[in-house]
Amino acid sequence: MIEKFFTEAVLVGIIASGIRLATPYLYASIGETFGQRSGVLNLGVEGQMLLGAFAAFYVSLTTGNLWFGLLAAMLTGLIMGLGMAFVSINLQAVQGISGIGFYLFGLGLSDLLFQKLMGTVVTVSGFRPIYFPVLSDLPIVGQIFFNHNILVYGAYAMVFVAWFVLNKTTLGLKIKAVGESPEAADSLGVSVSKIRYLTISFGGMMSGIAGASLSIALLNVFQQNMTSGLGFIAVALVYFGGWRPIAVMGGALLFSMVNSLQLWVQVLNIPIPSDFAVMMPYVLTIIALVVTVQRVRPPSALTKPFERGH
Amino acid sequence: MKKIQKTLAMLLLVVLMISACGGAENEATVVEVPADIFKVAVVMPSAINDLAFSQSMYDALLAIQADTGADSFEIVYSEGMFIVDDAAAAIRDYASQGFDLVIAHGSQYGSSLQEIAPDFLETSFAWGTTVDTFGLPNIFAYEARAEEGGYVNGVMATMLSESAVIGVVGPIETGDAKLYVDGFAVGAAATDAGTEVNTNWIGSFSDVALASEAAQTHIGAGADVLTGTAQMVVGAIGAAEENGALWFGTQSSQSSLAPSIVVANQVYRWEVVLEDMIDLIHGGTYGGQSFEITLANGGLVIEFNGDYALPADVQSAADATIAGIIDGSISVFP
Repeated sequence: MIEKFFTEAVLVGIIASGIRLATPYLYASIGETFGQRSGVLNLGVEGQMLLGAFAAFYVSLTTGNLWFGLLAAMLTGLIMGLGMAFVSINLQAVQGISGIGFYLFGLGLSDLLFQKLMGTVVTVSGFRPIYFPVLSDLPIVGQIFFNHNILVYGAYAMVFVAWFVLNKTTLGLKIKAVGESPEAADSLGVSVSKIRYLTISFGGMMSGIAGASLSIALLNVFQQNMTSGLGFIAVALVYFGGWRPIAVMGGALLFSMVNSLQLWVQVLNIPIPSDFAVMMPYVLTIIALVVTVQRVRPPSALTKPFERGH
Repeated sequence: MKKIQKTLAMLLLVVLMISACGGAENEATVVEVPADIFKVAVVMPSAINDLAFSQSMYDALLAIQADTGADSFEIVYSEGMFIVDDAAAAIRDYASQGFDLVIAHGSQYGSSLQEIAPDFLETSFAWGTTVDTFGLPNIFAYEARAEEGGYVNGVMATMLSESAVIGVVGPIETGDAKLYVDGFAVGAAATDAGTEVNTNWIGSFSDVALASEAAQTHIGAGADVLTGTAQMVVGAIGAAEENGALWFGTQSSQSSLAPSIVVANQVYRWEVVLEDMIDLIHGGTYGGQSFEITLANGGLVIEFNGDYALPADVQSAADATIAGIIDGSISVFP
């Protein structure tokens, strides 16, 4: 039975599909990593993704230019991020609750705009897989690594950019200082508000791109609530990865590949009930999360509003 | 200062919440209407334009309204009610507003309806897809014999598949989705026992991304014809189109989404049973009966996509299969 898995088509399918499926998680969770490292939990990721997905889709559809669509998603996410920053920094609202508020706002508004501006489900011609001369034609490796669209590659590139910024730059040091001890950072002249505004709005922008990666690159369609909880999984992946970009990528790839594996389990008619198969990625994530949580400590100031002099 | 900030935060949250309700057309305020208007409220799990389950009901109500006139048939709907608690609140709300018929369009709403209906014995409720009225006098049940169209689609898909591998993308193994998928597999096996029908239940009615990935998995496994049911299949149709695989739809017409690859759709015409229910309500019967849409009663229709050039032999096989199911010479589940 298990030997069915060890064929080229299945293994290539699982890995290539896992790489592709991880894309929206990567954008959203890398953005969220920045916010959380600076001490702000944004549970509105899903809403930002939905609005980003709609903006990208609608602008691409009306202008015929996918790059304008991507830009619209980034701007939409950025505005949502600025809103979240205002609520959590200036108004010092409870972050978990306000994040849920932003999620519901994104869910409702994206649907409303979809109903009013489009009215029915249509498709766009999204970003196509890039052809790399020679490389794309390689057996196995070509299919796994060199047959994806630009937003897939962008997601993995952002992981390394995030790692570099957080670990090798002064800005990264400031972000971590603000997330660990905002009082100490403040006393050394680092503006806690400015850093948090920067990270949350960047996170919003990344969530917008995550939405765009679905609507104009992977699926090329917009539908009400199309993210279907993906944004919340992205937040969980930040914890899973212990607030470190490379580990977050590992978590996203693991989750996506197990998801892809369970699709193959069913297609290969392996006698596991479908209910158990679809549970696989979630069960594995919970187990890994339990193990990780005992190993890594979250940023000390996470979810705590900062007020000078208090 | 802190107090002002907290008040502002609360206000902002309230505004956000109100905006969030914008998507669901929950028109709670209903204007005074003359008594002879028949008022129907429907609560649906997805959007009225999902090209699938919810749209099938909305289109049916619009068809009745077109027949009877907007002056005598009022439709109010709450869409996107994927949270059962929210749906239950909407159902109770509509019932308390005196609607003649409140439709809970989703089998997941059953237990809520069982709780709510006894409190409003003068209101008629309908829910589906199911045959269970809970023995209550004011609940109608409705079901789609989706296996019939599934069988017809299975026959055509098998004849059109060159690789003899067909992929099916389903949501959760229950209700009309299961009936459709099972019927499809029986139809395929009856046409060519050697054709492989692989089914993928993705565990969600809304995960478009996973539906797309499931379709790509089928294609990776050699499938050149795909089908699927529920609203998340728009993702699968996109993947099929990108890879040049053919698609068979169900619930609503999906031809507009990918005209070059959609061969045919089994379309639900709920108006066939809704009209019966409305007649009963006018006669003073508020529930206690179950209905089904079939190929024979015209509640299920196989709609061929005019943009796809269906070979004549496949068309005649489909026509013969439909006729056979209607006259009883073909039994999908003997």
